[in-house]
Amino acid sequence: MENKKSFNITFYLLIIPVLLWLIILIVLPHIDLLISSFQSDSDAGGKVFTLEHYAAFFQSKIYWLTFVNTAAYAIGITILAFIVTFPVAFYLTKVISKKYSSFLALLLLIPLWVGELVTVYGWMIILGDHGVINEFLIYIGLIDKPINMLYTNFSMSIGLLYISMLFMVVPVMSTLESLDDSLIEAASDLGATKWTIFTKIIIPYSMPGITSGGIIVFMLVIGDYVAPDILGGKSSLWFTEQIYNEFLSTFNWGEGAAFGFLLLMISSSIIWLALKLTGQKLEKVGS
Amino acid sequence: MKKLAISSVAIATLLAGSLYAGNGTLRLITWKGYAPKALVKKFEKETGIKVKVTYSNNEEMIAKLRATRGGGFDLAQPSVDRISFVQKKFHIYHAIDYSKVNTNQITTAMVKAAKKISGVDGKVYSVPYIYGTTGMIVNKKLAPGANDWSDLWNPKYAGKISYRLKRPILIGAAFGMGYNPFALYSDKAAYKKLIEKVTKKLIASKKYVKTYWTSGDTQKAVITSGDVVVESGWDAIGWQVHDKNPNIDFICPKSGALGWIDTFAIPAKSKNIKAAYKWINFILQPKNAAYVTNQSSYMTVSKDAPKYFNDKIKTDFKRSYSQKDIDNIKWYDALPSGFAAIEAKALDKIKAAQ
Repeated sequence: MENKKSFNITFYLLIIPVLLWLIILIVLPHIDLLISSFQSDSDAGGKVFTLEHYAAFFQSKIYWLTFVNTAAYAIGITILAFIVTFPVAFYLTKVISKKYSSFLALLLLIPLWVGELVTVYGWMIILGDHGVINEFLIYIGLIDKPINMLYTNFSMSIGLLYISMLFMVVPVMSTLESLDDSLIEAASDLGATKWTIFTKIIIPYSMPGITSGGIIVFMLVIGDYVAPDILGGKSSLWFTEQIYNEFLSTFNWGEGAAFGFLLLMISSSIIWLALKLTGQKLEKVGS
Repeated sequence: MKKLAISSVAIATLLAGSLYAGNGTLRLITWKGYAPKALVKKFEKETGIKVKVTYSNNEEMIAKLRATRGGGFDLAQPSVDRISFVQKKFHIYHAIDYSKVNTNQITTAMVKAAKKISGVDGKVYSVPYIYGTTGMIVNKKLAPGANDWSDLWNPKYAGKISYRLKRPILIGAAFGMGYNPFALYSDKAAYKKLIEKVTKKLIASKKYVKTYWTSGDTQKAVITSGDVVVESGWDAIGWQVHDKNPNIDFICPKSGALGWIDTFAIPAKSKNIKAAYKWINFILQPKNAAYVTNQSSYMTVSKDAPKYFNDKIKTDFKRSYSQKDIDNIKWYDALPSGFAAIEAKALDKIKAAQ
C-alpha cells in the first residue's frame, strides 16, 4: 500500500512538468498560431475568419515555387548526407577497432559543440573569394581568378549538409553496430560479391537507421534558417526566410502562421510518402 | 515528498520573482552602440536605477512589442518612420509627455521632425535620439567613378556590387531612376506602379550583384574583403571601414542620401515610465551624447554635443557631407499602412528571381 501510494505521487510529480512544458510551450502557442492563420483584420478593426492566407500560398507562384525549391533541395541534401556519411559510419563500426571508433565518433561531434552559427561562419572563411580554397588554388597556380563559391546554392548546400550530416551518422552507426559480422562472413563464404553483400545484407539491415536519419536530416534542413540566410546566394530564397519576412517585415502574422502550418503539413506528408514508397514503418524506425 | 513539492514551488516563485522587473530597473531595447556600457554605469550610479539592455533592430523590436502588446520593455528605440502605422494598428506605445523631456538640449529641427512623423491623432509617440543616412560605401581605388544609386546597376562594377534587400534599396533605386517615391506616399496605386518599375530594374540587373548583405557586420565584411567595391550602406559603418582601409569611404549619392532618425518610444505596458524619461534626459546631455557619437560614429541630435566631438568625427562628417549633400538628404516620412506589404512582395520577387 505504502509503496503504491508513493509511486503515484512520484508519477504525478514527474508527469506534471512534462505536461506543463508540452501544453504551455508547444500546444498553446500552436493553437494560437493556427487560429491566427485563419484570421484577418476587417475594415472595422476586428478579426474575421478567412482562408485567404492559405489561398495566397497557392495563388502566388513565388510562394509555392519557393516551397518546391526548398523541398527539392532538402531531399537532395538528405540523399547527399546518406552518400557522404554511410562509408564513415561503416568504417567506424566495422573496419577499425572499438577503441579508436568511439574516440573518432567523439571527434565527429565537435562541430555540434560550437553551434550552427559558428560553423556557418567557418564556411564563409573557407569558401570566400579571398578565402582559404581560392587563395590556395591561386597560390599553386591552378587558377588566376577566384572561383565564385560563396553566396551561391553550392555554398548553401555545403553548409546545410555539414550541419545536418551528423544526424545521419549516429542512427546509421547504431544500427550497423548490431549487425552481426558473421552474416557478412557467411555471405562471402558462399561466394557473394561485395556489391551483393552491400545491397542484400548491409543496406536492408541498416534501413531503419537510414530512415530515421533521413527524417531528421530532411526536417532539419527544410526548417533551417541560418545557413540559407548567411551562405545562400542572392537567389536562394528559403521557405523559412519567407515565413520570417511575413512575421518581421510585413507584420502579416496571419500569413506567416499559415505558411508555418503549410510547412509542417507538407513536409510531414513528404516524409509519409517516402515511408510508404520505401515500405518502411514509422514504429520500426522509432525503435 | 510534501517537502519536495513545497520547495519546488518556492523555487519556481523565486525564479519568477527574479524575472519580474522591480521599480529600480529600466529595461531598454535598443540598437548596438546606442547605450554604451560606460554611460549605463554612470546612469546607474547617478540614479540607482539598474539598466538592462537588449540589442535589436526595427523589425524585431516591433514584432516583440506586438507579441506582448507593448510589454516586456520600459523603453524602445524604433526608427521614426516606423511608429505611426504600428501605433495605429497595434497600440503598443504610450504617447510622449513632452513636458517631461528636456527639449532644450535637442536640436529644434529634429524635435519638429519627430513630432510630425510620429504623430497619431494629435499625440506624439517619439523623442529623437540619433540620425544618420543610408548612402553608398565605395572603394575609391577600384571604383573611382561610383557616385550615385544608379551605380548599383552599373555593368562596370558587375559582380562587385552589394546592397541589402530591404526597403531602403527600393527607395534609393527609385531616386536613382529619377523618381521621388516619398511624393507618392499619398497615392497607393501610383506608388505600387513605381515599386513595380524598381523591381523590374533590380531583377534585370541582378546578375551584377555579388550578394545581398544582411547586417552591419556583413556590410563591413563584403567591402573590406574586397569581394565588393560598391555597396549601399550606412554612414557610420562606412567611416568605421575607412579607419582600416582609407580607400573605402561613405559617400552621399548624387540623387540624395536617405535620412533616418532613430527615436525613443515608450511601450504601452512600460513598468517604469519615470526611469524611461530619466534615461532620455540623461543620455541626451551634451557630454553623454557626444560620448555615444565618438564611440559609434552615429550622429546625435543633442544640440551642444558637437562641442565635445573628437576630431575624427568632425573630419569624417566633413569628408562625406558637403552642405549640398546635407540639403539634398531625403528624410523618411511616416510609412502609410499597407505600403509595407507592397514593398515586401517586391522584395520577395527580386530575391526569388534568377
